[in-house]
Amino acid sequence: MAPAAAKGQPVIVVDGLSAGYGGEVILKDVSFTVARGEILVIVGGSGCGKSTLLKHMIGLHPPMAGRVLIDGVDIGRAQDADLVRVHQGIGVLFQSGALFGSLSLVDNVALPLIDFTHLPKALALDLARVKLGMVGLAGYENHLPSEVSGGMKKRAGLARAMALDPAVLFFDEPSAGLDPVTSAELDQLILRINAGLGTSMVIVSHELASIFSIAHRVVMLDKAEKGVIAMGDPRDLSQNSQDPRVRGFFHRQPPA
Amino acid sequence: MHLTRPAWRRRLSGLHKKTAPKGGFSLSLAPEPGGGTRLTLAGRLDLGGLEDLKNDLTGVWGQVERQRLVVDLGGVVYLDSAGALALAGLETEAQARGVELVYQGLGPAAQGIKGLLDLEGLKKPPLIPAVRSGGFLDQVGEAWLATIKDVYLVISFLGEFLAACGRAILHPKLLRLGEVLLYMEQVGVNGLPIVGLISFLLGLIMAFMSSLQLQPFGANIYVANLVALAMVKELGPIMTAVLVAGRSGSAFAAEIGTMKVNEEVDALVVMGYDPLVFLALPKVLAAVLTVPLLTLFADLLAIAGGLVVGVTGMGLTAGSYIDQTIKSLNSQDILTSMLKAATFALLIAGIGCQRGFMVRGGAQAVGSATTSAVVSAMFLIIVADSIYAVVLHYAG
Repeated sequence: MAPAAAKGQPVIVVDGLSAGYGGEVILKDVSFTVARGEILVIVGGSGCGKSTLLKHMIGLHPPMAGRVLIDGVDIGRAQDADLVRVHQGIGVLFQSGALFGSLSLVDNVALPLIDFTHLPKALALDLARVKLGMVGLAGYENHLPSEVSGGMKKRAGLARAMALDPAVLFFDEPSAGLDPVTSAELDQLILRINAGLGTSMVIVSHELASIFSIAHRVVMLDKAEKGVIAMGDPRDLSQNSQDPRVRGFFHRQPPA
Repeated sequence: MHLTRPAWRRRLSGLHKKTAPKGGFSLSLAPEPGGGTRLTLAGRLDLGGLEDLKNDLTGVWGQVERQRLVVDLGGVVYLDSAGALALAGLETEAQARGVELVYQGLGPAAQGIKGLLDLEGLKKPPLIPAVRSGGFLDQVGEAWLATIKDVYLVISFLGEFLAACGRAILHPKLLRLGEVLLYMEQVGVNGLPIVGLISFLLGLIMAFMSSLQLQPFGANIYVANLVALAMVKELGPIMTAVLVAGRSGSAFAAEIGTMKVNEEVDALVVMGYDPLVFLALPKVLAAVLTVPLLTLFADLLAIAGGLVVGVTGMGLTAGSYIDQTIKSLNSQDILTSMLKAATFALLIAGIGCQRGFMVRGGAQAVGSATTSAVVSAMFLIIVADSIYAVVLHYAG
């Protein structure tokens, strides 16, 4: 639940973040902020560290240097109560939904509602059904994740990520593996949630159509640079950027 | 009439079992100048206050005049989907009671959230029921059907496996020798410490317990016979097989099951490989080759355990203990021990792979396949051992 704060104030601050695995540096000294209510899309070629950046932003890996602040809490170093509070204030949609296979869809969504709120179980299940309805899965409440399609798993994953009405939603390649129609529906849903709930969103994507329709701002990473090479409105970048790498990305041109 | 929330709540809902966190909203009722009742909501209509809000809204109906309710949301600073759900409940109730409901001060954001709710969808019944199993008789029947299907699947796997063996014999190039060596290391070499330790301790215990019984008769030396015969004929192969089932049978099922989930098995099929030859055969072959050797090692260490007790506790010399052990065994016993071990290995690795290939779904299916691989392997080991006992008795 978002504290009532002014729109435009940063909800996430990435400050001098360096990240990598096993001594190999993938991102060096990356800094940017995400404003409240903003949809920020992280783009870049394969292997440029988009997913690494996302995993550091949600605190799954400790940074090599620098820090990530979510609502003022350093997520890489926060302890116990602080960390739990931050984790309950964010929702993450993983690439393939990451639903728990042993629970039905409604139980997947109700899990955080039952455990992290004081709602009675019946009300929590009602609310979980509402969330499933929001992502167009009304009626599928008793299905197990293995009984629904990939796109439905993803939408159910989104319903679970939104269960607690988090202030920030993270998406790891929401359109990957979806047909164009479902993908466009998901984009619409993202925009409606953003408009309705004022949720800030950080999205890793390389679907150009989707980027142009949802992004308020993009952050572009580059593998060789190990960091941010461009930041701004995607339409502006695609038309006005002088950097051939940026133009190449937005116009689908391989480097000459 | 103007009620602050706590007073309102006391009047309405009585005791709350759970102490809900304070939902920061306020609710008041007043007569509407144009007729009807005005319900003013202000503050935060969010998840934290949902239970209170729903309870408070239930109490509103008694106070509505002239079938008209004006809901003023002008003072609402935050509304999330939980708040929208409460409002949706209010609308449904108004419709049922024939009360005209009018919103005022509904901002674009709140409208957006209300628009997200799929109210028609909420009324839809679930496509499938929550509880899938029927009564006791149904469950017994289903369990039997599942067992019969399982036996059928195991037998058909056996057939396919034999066919795969045939193909591998005709085209030896198909067999991946590197994999066989790798699994021989995993099953055999890496299993040496635990198999050795358990067998040594088993020999130690057997010698100690039997010495307590045999010493009063002055039959100390027969401890060597007892340990050697019991281990070589029965316990050596069984204990080794149980350990291999726990260590490797489970690993085979988990590995193939995970590959199945990740569509790696499908990839093998479309690339023109036979998954049985590619995945199962190296594992089974490695197990059949190494488990007899592992059993031999287990027998030796158990005898060593007995020797330690014999020498330290019963005043025997090492020479006489070893001599007595050799006299009590013949080469046929040892060969049978290894043959048994090879049979057990075939069953363990075979059922491990079969359970892996049967995996459908996700992580949970891999878990149950692994469990089932170990349990089925143990069952098959005991069945095979009983058959050996009877056959060897009449044949020998």
